[in-house]
Amino acid sequence: MTITETHAPNPAAGDADRPIGYGRIQRKEDPRFVRGKGHYVDDIVLPGMLHGAILRSPVAHARLVSIDTTRALAHPGVVAVITGKDLLGLKLAWAPTLSADVQAVLVTDKVRFQGQEVAFVIAEDRYAARDALELIDVDYDVLTPVVDARHALDPGAPVIRDEIEGRTDNHIFDWEAGNAAETDAVFASADVIVKQEIVYPRSHPAPMETCGAVADFEPIEGALTLYETSQAPHAHRTLFAIVSGIPEHKIRIVSPDIGGGFGNKVGIYPGYILAVVGSIVTGRPVKWVEDRSENLMSTSFARDYIMQGEIAATKDGKILAVRTNVLADHGAFNATAQPTKYPAGFFHIFTGSYDLQAAHCKVTGVYTNKAPGGVAYACSFRVTEAVLLVERMVDMLAQKLEMDPAELRLKNLIKPEQFPYKNKTGWEYDSGNYERAMRLSMEIAGYDDLRREQKEKRARGELMGIGISFFTETVGAGPRKHMDIVGLGMADGAELRIHPTGKAVVRISVQSQGQGHETTFAQIVAEEIGIPPEDIDVVHGDTDQTPFGLGTYGSRSTPVSGAAVALVARKVREKAKFIAAAMLETRPEDLEWEKGRWFVKGDPSVGKTMAEIAMGAHGTVALPEGIDGNLDAEVTYDPPNLTFPFGAYICVVDVDPGTGHVKVRRFIAVDDCGTRINPMIIEGQVHGGLTDGVGMALMQFIGFDEAGNNLGGSFMDYLIPTSMEVPNWETGFTVTPSPHHPIGAKGVGESATVGSPPAILNAVVDALSPLGVTHMDIPCTPARVWAAMQGRATPPI
Amino acid sequence: MQIPAQFDYVRASTIEDALALLDRHGAESRVVAGGHSLLPMMKLRLARPECLVDINDLYELDFILPEATQLRIGALTRHSALLESTDVARLFPIVIDAERVIADPIVRNRGTIGGSLCQADPAEDLATVCDVLHAQAVVRGPGGERILTMDEFHKGPYETAVAQNELLVEIRFPIRPRSGSAYEKVERRVGDWAVVAAGAAVSFTVDGSVDDVAIGLTAVGLDGTISEAEAVLRGRRPSEVLFAEAGRLAAEASLPVDDQRGPVDYKRHLADELTRRVLRRACARALETQTTTMQEG
Repeated sequence: MTITETHAPNPAAGDADRPIGYGRIQRKEDPRFVRGKGHYVDDIVLPGMLHGAILRSPVAHARLVSIDTTRALAHPGVVAVITGKDLLGLKLAWAPTLSADVQAVLVTDKVRFQGQEVAFVIAEDRYAARDALELIDVDYDVLTPVVDARHALDPGAPVIRDEIEGRTDNHIFDWEAGNAAETDAVFASADVIVKQEIVYPRSHPAPMETCGAVADFEPIEGALTLYETSQAPHAHRTLFAIVSGIPEHKIRIVSPDIGGGFGNKVGIYPGYILAVVGSIVTGRPVKWVEDRSENLMSTSFARDYIMQGEIAATKDGKILAVRTNVLADHGAFNATAQPTKYPAGFFHIFTGSYDLQAAHCKVTGVYTNKAPGGVAYACSFRVTEAVLLVERMVDMLAQKLEMDPAELRLKNLIKPEQFPYKNKTGWEYDSGNYERAMRLSMEIAGYDDLRREQKEKRARGELMGIGISFFTETVGAGPRKHMDIVGLGMADGAELRIHPTGKAVVRISVQSQGQGHETTFAQIVAEEIGIPPEDIDVVHGDTDQTPFGLGTYGSRSTPVSGAAVALVARKVREKAKFIAAAMLETRPEDLEWEKGRWFVKGDPSVGKTMAEIAMGAHGTVALPEGIDGNLDAEVTYDPPNLTFPFGAYICVVDVDPGTGHVKVRRFIAVDDCGTRINPMIIEGQVHGGLTDGVGMALMQFIGFDEAGNNLGGSFMDYLIPTSMEVPNWETGFTVTPSPHHPIGAKGVGESATVGSPPAILNAVVDALSPLGVTHMDIPCTPARVWAAMQGRATPPI
Repeated sequence: MQIPAQFDYVRASTIEDALALLDRHGAESRVVAGGHSLLPMMKLRLARPECLVDINDLYELDFILPEATQLRIGALTRHSALLESTDVARLFPIVIDAERVIADPIVRNRGTIGGSLCQADPAEDLATVCDVLHAQAVVRGPGGERILTMDEFHKGPYETAVAQNELLVEIRFPIRPRSGSAYEKVERRVGDWAVVAAGAAVSFTVDGSVDDVAIGLTAVGLDGTISEAEAVLRGRRPSEVLFAEAGRLAAEASLPVDDQRGPVDYKRHLADELTRRVLRRACARALETQTTTMQEG
């Protein structure tokens, strides 16, 4: 059984398929995508444009002895070759990262990961640029790399960041949350403790569109236009101003259509900077677009957390506390994109959805000779890692107590009356009704029948597994007083203009990479002011066209910009009241709102529609004191708290006992993201996230050999799941609005990516439990599952 | 966008034209048919031919022709055509088993049987299929045609007996009475190269004992079929015990290497497990065929 969407009849809707406001409508942006008329960075062609290509290091750790560009410069079509030495002269060899570190734009002293940027060739076409890369002669003095994060802090380990004065090790940070002493005390008196190392290995977001930029520097005005694949154009503009010295008002960043981001396009990559430098140096526009291997090997990865987890409980299954020590591999530069105060992102939501007495985590970040990054692949600032940890631990506890894992969860979930709920690491969960979601998921799954089927199959030697994951996310950063990225508070602006004929344009600071912003945000405006969504254009992605804001990642668009849009629409609605009153020659307080119009209380036939009011605002009506002659407004929204979407996922797998091959047979996803603006878009996001989860749980892994060579540098080695690996998704939902959000909505973009891997992993371990298996780490490839079946499960790193 | 090194491109109009072009462009020229192995290798610059001779206009090499004693397949026959052929399905179900798990529909629409065999990837599914079916490869060159057994055709990873100035033009599968065949592959994801795969073809005598049997393994470092395992079954009535013994010997004969798809012990285990599975299914299919034939008779 699948729950189908129902929504309250919309009185203002012309017909049920075209609601003026929330509801299931087709995406406004899709006609151009399905017709192949999307306009991406690589589609941009400017007059006189040159093409850049990056020479990358074939080795992971090496002293740079020399670079000879003579032969490359002589190659037909080559205009310039830029090396680290040239950038030193421009003071651009190193750029600040989003985590208070610096990253080499081009190598000057030492290569620190395989695939690192060594030189930039600019040529008349991209073929010449690519061919010339092979004509650059580089002499490397190869050094021993640090590949295994577990040995990064060993005394005598090679020091990767020896360019930083006084640095003698590879330690980046230690960070703690919760109370260690309280937690230890609870553990000391607990009946049952389960311990397990849980590894979330390195994966990569691998968006369909790789990263790229077209830089156009106009020397007379000193103005830079930069088209780039960015999830955060405004933050990029400020950073470019700081890095390049070009005044911020002379910089325009344009992110056109973006072919998927998943966190991969939050940071500023050397390639973007090189395109800008190239344009300044040559006086012509320069395009740089990376290829698939460059994207997989050098851009922001995800995870690489080695977590020592512990859970404490009473013998009858009351969970008391969790604690963990985490070793976090951040690669060669600390370039994770996360709020400044939180070097481990929001990992401290690892207390999950349970009412605990104590919790403590400590995260240690280290450098290794690998590509930098860390917060990517729809991870909600490391909520992904947190959920895998707690949901695996809860399942292990159930196994140890011989309790059903659903029953154990139901016993420990935070109760509806406990919200807002303060957890033990400093979060205030805004709202939830966890038991309702859990029970709905079990009902859709036919949970009891599944357990019966499993029992019968086990008697026949078949390996069927049922896995549960109950997750709570924390998404929608700010508030700005607690959360900033390189000093920029995490708040979002929005502007709304109603044109004289009643058509509207809403300008937002967040940039869509496929989330459907052009539809969702139009629907929010429609719901608030009663103009149909098709009459509202959503403008985004161009810093000259939109108000400032921090961008799209960590599922923050709806929680932050969605709120900004609702509030700006309400501001316009309120202003419309004053104008309507002037037009109707009555007092504003005598007017009443119904969707789309203000009318006189007690006389509904006398009123003005938004279109009439818009014309009035721009017309000749005498406006009251203090009311400008327009129907426009702007706001900046600083969220009072994050939103806490949650979900109950159940996965059914069958494991081939002879080969270890895992088949995901069923997957039930019940999500609660508060108010649902466009259920079709939500379901699309959930379907995509679940598919990602199958990839992470079963096949995705960026491995490295002992020399630091990346073993996942192409889609032959780094696997993306297909329709053949996924079941027919069974989705359901509950609605628990956020009390502090103007429309009660919570973020949902990453829920399924966060929630699904533990459900699949728990199902695999459950399938193997008759063989005595209590844990294995992802990815559950056939070989790794088979090893677990033999009692020889090993961590992937 | 990944960009190959510079190369010339010529399009052949007939077999003779293709042979002449290969001769003229010499050692650094390569034939391109479907291109789904060669072009990615060129884009990664692992292959750098100076000239590509495109044979996609050689329609005379695109055929599936059943004869009394053999099935003839043109070298330019696409994977998708093999997968859709009722003659292939009826006579050699192993080909259908294998084609279903070769890459994805996009690759199968373009890739060819001749290209797969000439690429000679050590994890090539069709190489094992051709081995166990005792296929013959028809190769044409300036001096005319020669017919090779698969043992003669395969020279090791990425190497075949097809000379620079020759073209593989046809594959022939001998048709045997009372026969069945099967292929099974373990992969990390649909479309991936095999972790390990196994193929078997078996034919029976009228009295129900195994007349001939061939067992092959993919991606475990073996050339040709596994005679030790085959010997267990030949002349005997199939049974689980014999399948298990054949599986054990196949695993023993295999020479897998540790890689991202799996460690050596797992691959050996799969060699055993999959050998048993394909023998079981090939025998069941042979017996089905026999029953059907008798009913028809």
